[in-house]
Amino acid sequence: MLKVQNIIKDFGGLRVLDGVVFQVAEGAIFGLIGPNGAGKTTVFNIVSGLLQPTDGRVIFNGADITRLPPHAIAAQGISRTFQNIRIFGEMSLLENVLVGMHRLFSYSPAAMFFDLPKKRTEEKLLREKACDILSLVNLEDKADWAAKNLSYGGQRKLELARALATDPKLLLVDEPAAGMNPAETEELMDEIVQINRRGYTICVIEHDMKVIMGICGQIAVLNFGELIAEGSPEEVKRNPLVIEAYLGKEG
Amino acid sequence: MGEFLASTWYTYNTLLYTIFVNGMLALSIYLTLACGQLSLGNAAFMGMGAYTAAILTMKAGAPFGIALIAGGALPALVALIIGIPTLRLSGVYLAMATLGFGEVVRVAFLNMSITGGSLGLNGVPAKTEFWHLLLVMGILIYFFVKLKSSRFGRALEAINEDETAASVMGIRTTLFKVWAFAAGAFIAGVAGGLNAHFTFFVSPREYGFEFAVDILTFAILGGTQTFWGPIVGSTILTLLPELLRFMGPYRLALNGLILLFVVIYLPNGIVSRDTFKKKADRG
Repeated sequence: MLKVQNIIKDFGGLRVLDGVVFQVAEGAIFGLIGPNGAGKTTVFNIVSGLLQPTDGRVIFNGADITRLPPHAIAAQGISRTFQNIRIFGEMSLLENVLVGMHRLFSYSPAAMFFDLPKKRTEEKLLREKACDILSLVNLEDKADWAAKNLSYGGQRKLELARALATDPKLLLVDEPAAGMNPAETEELMDEIVQINRRGYTICVIEHDMKVIMGICGQIAVLNFGELIAEGSPEEVKRNPLVIEAYLGKEG
Repeated sequence: MGEFLASTWYTYNTLLYTIFVNGMLALSIYLTLACGQLSLGNAAFMGMGAYTAAILTMKAGAPFGIALIAGGALPALVALIIGIPTLRLSGVYLAMATLGFGEVVRVAFLNMSITGGSLGLNGVPAKTEFWHLLLVMGILIYFFVKLKSSRFGRALEAINEDETAASVMGIRTTLFKVWAFAAGAFIAGVAGGLNAHFTFFVSPREYGFEFAVDILTFAILGGTQTFWGPIVGSTILTLLPELLRFMGPYRLALNGLILLFVVIYLPNGIVSRDTFKKKADRG
């Protein structure tokens, strides 16, 4: 479904990604792991169009999306969450999800101004759908809250809901467990599995291997911008390069 | 009684007209502020609208309505030309571009013969009736009410809060910013046309940097979280110098002090989101 081909990314003289190659199969939960600073988020930024790679290509469902702007990539069916939460704090939870549904709306400015039936039915239908999405992450009772008033864990869930609202085929989740305690992390991983069962392909970034070993079918390991291993969790765990990256070399 | 009303109207109608025009200008800049962009070109857009409309009614004998629309369309078109290259980038580029643009326009007004050079245009026909101002303001308020609860208003708000996140949600951020900037220029141009047809003259000195900052102050003082803020801000700032007239030479100082206190104690402006929903968004 997603093919990342030989991505190279330089920031000035610094090469942060050096020939990264991996594939995400449809329906999978794919893990992208690596120590801090390995370049994982940069991969997501390139796939979602926020950064342009220096070289290499990103293929999504057979189409080259490498240099498309972020909104066009969203329209292709890729959505994401951010490591440092980026919800719209002053807007309500419902409005956050409705922004996620932006491209599902089609009424014109004239329909807005004259309050035409098309606008009213669309708003009503999609507001109901937005409530359904909020209930997926158990936030429906707080739909009118300003998003900034949510707890940290709640904001992470809202970000997930907002990403789902774009009706993506592929969901990129950037360190969902960052800043969460073990119980919250486990709950969130359960939710990711639930979302996957609904038919969404998911790619998760994590630096703590233990967190996603249990839920991913396939894992790629990045270290200093290079792909050092790829395979099933069992294979990756035994790979000497991975052990070295995480634990250091034996003396 | 009737005589009193008539004389009051005669004394204060210009002030009332100015309140409406300034309200429109405050709304024109609010549109760009609402998507996180700063425009310092709205005074120049107003000037373009004033000159365009006045030239059309004076020299071409065009109907007032047509002149007003043309006075809005020309600045909107120019805004597209400035906005498309600068608004592709996020940051302060629009502020820089419009700052320079405002000066270019001011100098152009001073030196072109069709705008009357430094003398400006005198004897613009008195065509602006009070109901024109009411109608335009009514349409604007209706528009902003409808915008707020629509997909377009939500997109602008999302861009304002976090442009990167908004683009990932599939919002064409550049398109929305350019659209908001051009629509703001249209409003400023119409306000300029209305203004020219009750002050009877258009002078190149009115539309410089100083007035661009005044327009920004209208919006900031009133608050930029809702569209009511700019309307309240412009009304207060238009009335304040008149209300403080008894202070004589000290009135500008007091005017400044009042602004200072509002900025310190009401950082979100006089009207903020919380003004409307005291309880609703608390959990």
